[in-house]
Amino acid sequence: MRKLMLAALALPVLALPVFGTAAKAADTVKIGYIDPLSGGGASVGEGGLKTFQYLADEINAAGGILGQKVEIVPLDNKTNPQESLIQAQKAVDAGIHYITQGNGSAVAAALSEFVAKHNSRNPGKEMLYFNYAAVDPILTNEKCNYWHFRWDANSDIKMEALTNYMKGVPSIKKVYLINQDYSFGQSVRTEARKMLAAKRPDVQIVGDELHPLLKITDFAPYIAKIKASGADSVVTGNWGQDIALLLKAAADAGLKVNWYTYYAGGAGGPTAIKQTGLDHQVFQITEGVPNGGHQAAIDFEKAFRAKVGMSLWYPRAVNEMRMFKAAAEKAKSLDPVKVAAALEGMEFEVLDGGKGEMRKDDHQFLQPIYISSFGSRTDKEPFDEEGTGWGWKVAAKVDTAQATLPTTCKMKRP
Amino acid sequence: MLELIVISTLNGVLFGMLLFLLSSGLTVIFSMMGVLNFAHASFYMLGAFFGYQLTRWIGFWPALILAPLLVGAVGMVVERYGLRQTHKHGHVAELLLTFGLAFAIEQVVQMIWGKLPMDYRVPALLDFPAFTIFSTNYPAYKMFMLLVSVTIFIALLVVLKRTRIGLIVQAALTHPSMVAHLGHNVGRVFMLVFGVGTALAAVAGVIAGPALVTQSDMAALLGPILFVVIVVGGLGSLPGAFFASLLIGLVQTFAVSMNGSLASLFGPLDPGIGPSLLTDVWNVTIAQIAPILPYVLLVLVLIVRPMGLMGTRET
Repeated sequence: MRKLMLAALALPVLALPVFGTAAKAADTVKIGYIDPLSGGGASVGEGGLKTFQYLADEINAAGGILGQKVEIVPLDNKTNPQESLIQAQKAVDAGIHYITQGNGSAVAAALSEFVAKHNSRNPGKEMLYFNYAAVDPILTNEKCNYWHFRWDANSDIKMEALTNYMKGVPSIKKVYLINQDYSFGQSVRTEARKMLAAKRPDVQIVGDELHPLLKITDFAPYIAKIKASGADSVVTGNWGQDIALLLKAAADAGLKVNWYTYYAGGAGGPTAIKQTGLDHQVFQITEGVPNGGHQAAIDFEKAFRAKVGMSLWYPRAVNEMRMFKAAAEKAKSLDPVKVAAALEGMEFEVLDGGKGEMRKDDHQFLQPIYISSFGSRTDKEPFDEEGTGWGWKVAAKVDTAQATLPTTCKMKRP
Repeated sequence: MLELIVISTLNGVLFGMLLFLLSSGLTVIFSMMGVLNFAHASFYMLGAFFGYQLTRWIGFWPALILAPLLVGAVGMVVERYGLRQTHKHGHVAELLLTFGLAFAIEQVVQMIWGKLPMDYRVPALLDFPAFTIFSTNYPAYKMFMLLVSVTIFIALLVVLKRTRIGLIVQAALTHPSMVAHLGHNVGRVFMLVFGVGTALAAVAGVIAGPALVTQSDMAALLGPILFVVIVVGGLGSLPGAFFASLLIGLVQTFAVSMNGSLASLFGPLDPGIGPSLLTDVWNVTIAQIAPILPYVLLVLVLIVRPMGLMGTRET
């Protein structure tokens, strides 16, 4: 009996790695999904995984890519750069030529370097890195790399669009910056300072906070500080539980400010906003909005929600997978070198409508950007979030031409 | 300024009380059984998930009673079939057992509930601001948390120091064979103590679940700081844990509210030095290092006063 109980306890631990590795098949194209599936980033990573699996199913239902089935291989990196390199090596060992990742720019920088090194040492066995969410500008500027492609607008582009919007809101007088203490959060804070100073010199920055990444359980002290500063608007690049808990603490304390965020739409965010009662006072910047009104996007959102049971956080993942397929078909090959060449400069009709382009100079995808606010809905906004009854409403659309910044990348081509 | 001090004090006390709620069970188990339970935060997480599930089925208030009972039962099973077997091999074996258990519980929780945060909400009865000070609301739920925490502290003190049960439990630790000769079942006493300790963790879980996030990494987030609390307070000392929790809550909250850095104290560095490790250190604010301060405190206490604030023996 005792042994049996011990075995019952030990079984889940032993069983996980065994079932975790998916079965291998000969004619599949595998994409290694390297993102947090445990730890503080797990909720976001899990959502991304479901999205990619849905997209793979969609492609497979239409016959796959060049007759090959797409398979997503989940690799848990715990949002840790070192762990990511181990997972990337695992992908190499499993014969995977495409990896995708999004959470954490420190991770992205490590992976980009890994892929570059791997490709220069193993000609003929190249791999490509598709980045769907790590937005540190450095990845397509100083540290740009031929084998890295980014579908999300980088943080500077987002800030450019956001500050262009804030420029037209005269009620903004005092801004508080709160960000996660790592490369991305720091770049958000510097750009926000720089761009606000240029576009709205009258705006006062009354606070500039950096807090540890995914480690805070109670944001109440930070909220107290924001309140004491007298800010009327908060700008934050926080994601994952850091934005959900921040908004939750604000809701508890009854803090009434406007929030200009990158990722308020992540898991738990909408619920917290509803609690604060901040009707259309929390803004988010994305490359797509469920209630954007573009028919193809609405149909996709409907089907996605029905099957996956969550709203689509990553329209860019849709663009990524569809462009991958288009590029492979254009190159008539799944050879990463040829796919990379086909992706460069490729134009593409994005999910939410409008033209996007994978800029050849730095492999940054340029696309229309939306600023939306969260709150009560009218007939024009069919989708709500997290069962709150509230939904996103487009506040402004920034066309591709206005959502573009020059790059300093000097691309080394093989 | 006054506003920030008042609010930070309140926030610090509230956070400190949450820490105490969590560490009380750990202290009880350690002081009564001598077992440093590494899986304590996992029982707290289990409490939160049980609480969430039961709240869905039967409502929050029954869940607040039932979830700790269930977790306590799990704890007793662990003691009866796990710890009691390893006890004869010494404390290291017990430590390793609870260490392994923490991982096992996390995996089981992930298998059952997944890794996404649960939609665990504050009960409607307590979902209103209790009072407003300097136009900051304090939710009634946090006051409830405070109340539960203080109640548990007093109840535990009374039971351990003023009743026969406490007497037997304490005697069982130091003189197990004597207590056994007097006709008490020492094994059962330990089992009950462990059950009560884990049930206390579960109470913390049920209550903290809606206030923080109920997610499979919640144990890992709060686990390390619990050890800081009990080491700073003095291993095995209940009042010590109480005051250490308050201290840590206040230290952390006040540190967050401060913006001072070496640069603001001594002026900015000569720009000629350029970006380097020194400029990083120079510009770091107290707010930025707030989360590591408890651990600094831990190290300092271990060096300067190894028995902790109110402990009676060396760690």
